Amino acid sequence: MNFLSVLISGLGAGATYAIIAIGYTMVYGIAKMLNFAHGDIIMVGGYAMFVTLALVGHPVAAVAAAILAAVLVCVLMGVSVERFAYKPLRGASPLAVLITAIGVSYLLQSLAQIIFGSASKMLSGLQIAGHVMLGTLRINYVTLVTLAVTVVLMVALTLFIKYSKTGRAMVAVSEDRDAALLMGINTNAIIAITFAIGSALAAIAAYLMLAKGASLANTLGAMPGIKAFTAAVIGGIGSLPGAVLGGILLGVVESLSYSIPALAPFTDAVEFGILIVILLVKPAGLLGKARREKV
Amino acid sequence: MAETLLKVEDLHVYYGIIQALKGISFEVGRGEIVSLIGANGAGKTTTLHTVTGLIHPKQGSVVYKGEEITRIPAHRIVSMGMAHVPEGRRIFQGLSVYDNLLLGAYSRSDKDGIKRDMETVFEQFPRLAERRSQLAGTLSGGEQQMLAMGRALLASPELIVMDEPSMGLSPLLVGEVFEIIRSFREAGKTVLLVEQNAKKALSVSDRAYVLENGAITMSGNAADLAADDRVRKAYLGA
Ligand SMILES: Nc1ncnc2c1ncn2[C@@H]1O[C@H](COP(=O)(O)OP(=O)(O)O)[C@@H](O)[C@H]1O
Ligand SMILES: [Mg+2]
Repeated sequence: MNFLSVLISGLGAGATYAIIAIGYTMVYGIAKMLNFAHGDIIMVGGYAMFVTLALVGHPVAAVAAAILAAVLVCVLMGVSVERFAYKPLRGASPLAVLITAIGVSYLLQSLAQIIFGSASKMLSGLQIAGHVMLGTLRINYVTLVTLAVTVVLMVALTLFIKYSKTGRAMVAVSEDRDAALLMGINTNAIIAITFAIGSALAAIAAYLMLAKGASLANTLGAMPGIKAFTAAVIGGIGSLPGAVLGGILLGVVESLSYSIPALAPFTDAVEFGILIVILLVKPAGLLGKARREKV
Repeated sequence: MAETLLKVEDLHVYYGIIQALKGISFEVGRGEIVSLIGANGAGKTTTLHTVTGLIHPKQGSVVYKGEEITRIPAHRIVSMGMAHVPEGRRIFQGLSVYDNLLLGAYSRSDKDGIKRDMETVFEQFPRLAERRSQLAGTLSGGEQQMLAMGRALLASPELIVMDEPSMGLSPLLVGEVFEIIRSFREAGKTVLLVEQNAKKALSVSDRAYVLENGAITMSGNAADLAADDRVRKAYLGA
């Protein structure tokens, strides 16, 4: 394996982290909470695809239907979790909200285990096999798909936030919730929309992970969730470009570390070590704003 | 007094177990400028927050245009024709001047009306027009206050509620802010003004109420209050 191909596969992994990290960072920026159950929404999306694949016969139609179903189910699940678990805690202590989020995470994982059992499943219908060769450089199709999907999603999301009325309202709510209310913005609705967007992205992340060959279990989203959260913090939690940068950085580091035999077993430690170093040097993260004191 | 636009009756507001308002009643007539004056901590901001629905009272009522709005959430009160210029301006620093103004019109859907009001605001505040694509956080304090006022105008309100608009501004700009408040009346707006600068506030107001420790202790014509010995001693530094 040469360096370039390690880099490219790192970009692919990083892009997936970026998509998940955006869910963390947007919810943090707008609802001011750490949604620790975000990773488990990915798992919910995985099972939504599993069920859809079993129901739809035609292979191509099944993939399209599976993605659509995952997005719908994840959005519904994310918005419901916000509505029934987090919204009643608006104004409560951050610790209470955090503990609730951890509780939701366990709840979703346990429910999945009860419904689908604990044996992990391979969803071969979703996998994208094959590769292209550029000279001696081997690039998997799934990496290309992942990168393309990520770029399209990032551009769409950026345009949406910058130019749509709802996007402007999201920025307003993230800056100053009370001032946003005084503009006539229904802040609860904006928070719900934020969860919907984050959850839809989690569904896409689920597809990309399964397309790459990950096996489906109730812990599908656990580790990627933690990694993406790390990425969001590295980039500066609350910052959208920060989440993307942090995700890509983490993916590349992970891929490089795996490719070095002496480091490979310690890859997770390397990643979290980078988090610690970056937080020591820049406590607000790479692109995060230093917290202004409220006057 | 003209036809009543806003009627506040017997407001009792608590922060936890601390009582901030102890039964406040007052009225604002259509077309009036009415001031609430009082020392720091008297409950002025709390009163305005209760009027615009950011907080809800334990007891008492707020009636606007004949409709009870006491329990209506803040974001729905805006579209009933009430705009709030908050204490400390609270503009959206990371958004452009233009986007801030657009957010002022968030509750409206009449595109032509919004465009017209945007032009009016840019005419009245040429500095904002020059800086329309600049981030609001880069504006000076005076410009930020103009933006906060322009943003309120874009809601096309009948009643503008203003909390200490002159705070932290140079004397020259303070004068300008009060000129703008006068211009609101000329434009047919009604103003409920909270100020620590009692002298200036009384000079632009028709009527005023004095707030002390969460209760109204005096009220009357602005000119009469400005001549009152107790008011002069406590608030006008005379
Ligand atoms: N969020 C809050 N929590 C607790 N107490 C508050 C809060 N806001 C204001 N207060 C208290 O309520 C009283 C009235 O405050 P406020 O309405 O801000 O006064 P003013 O605007 O006249 O300076 C003060 O004693 C203040 O300390
Ligand atoms: Mg105040």
